[in-house]
Amino acid sequence: MNCRDVIGFLMDYIDGVLASAERTEFEKHISVCHSCVAYIRTYQQTIKMEIASRIEDVTIPEELVRAIMTSRKL
Amino acid sequence: MQSAFIRAFQSLSRFRAESRISTWLHRIVVNEALMKLRSRANAQEPSIDDLLPTFAEDGHQTRDTVDWSENAEAALERKETAEIIRRNIDMLPDSYRTVLVMRDLEEMSNPEIADALGISVNLVKVRLHRARQALRTLLEREFGDQP
Repeated sequence: MNCRDVIGFLMDYIDGVLASAERTEFEKHISVCHSCVAYIRTYQQTIKMEIASRIEDVTIPEELVRAIMTSRKL
Repeated sequence: MQSAFIRAFQSLSRFRAESRISTWLHRIVVNEALMKLRSRANAQEPSIDDLLPTFAEDGHQTRDTVDWSENAEAALERKETAEIIRRNIDMLPDSYRTVLVMRDLEEMSNPEIADALGISVNLVKVRLHRARQALRTLLEREFGDQP
């Protein structure tokens, strides 16, 4: 397995769905390839950054909801 | 977004009190976005090939990847970082950004995304992986050169 294969299989590896034989080859490559290790770490960090940037659900005050509903009925 | 809120206000009379208004509003915004996306389906999207890794003939990376994850982790302490990340997510072409947001931020499953967008699960996986790789490169430009 080379860098192209490893990066191609990366999502399946992270999701834990890579077949056993391929996982062995994957891990064999990353044990000797610093560049792929860096790629995997920064790929995982990217997902972490996405989640950290998420705007949490805004709670809408019930009072405001009632006021809007009332105004629609007028 | 604006048109989604207008649509929501117009159909407010159909809102049933048994569901939370935020859930109902969320559904309308997603539906509106999907409608817009479908109408743009035939439009030419910019390529993200420049943001994907390149390989030599033997399959090895043509450029060594540097690990900037610790820099990025430290940057999470700063207030403005979330905005920088969102700005870079917004730079992704629609078809990639949609899948990435649905999966990583909305936490939908691949089959749910495939169903909502009318595409195959396999295409969802391909787009998601490419979208994350493209965003990885964009974030490398933001956080890769910091001490």
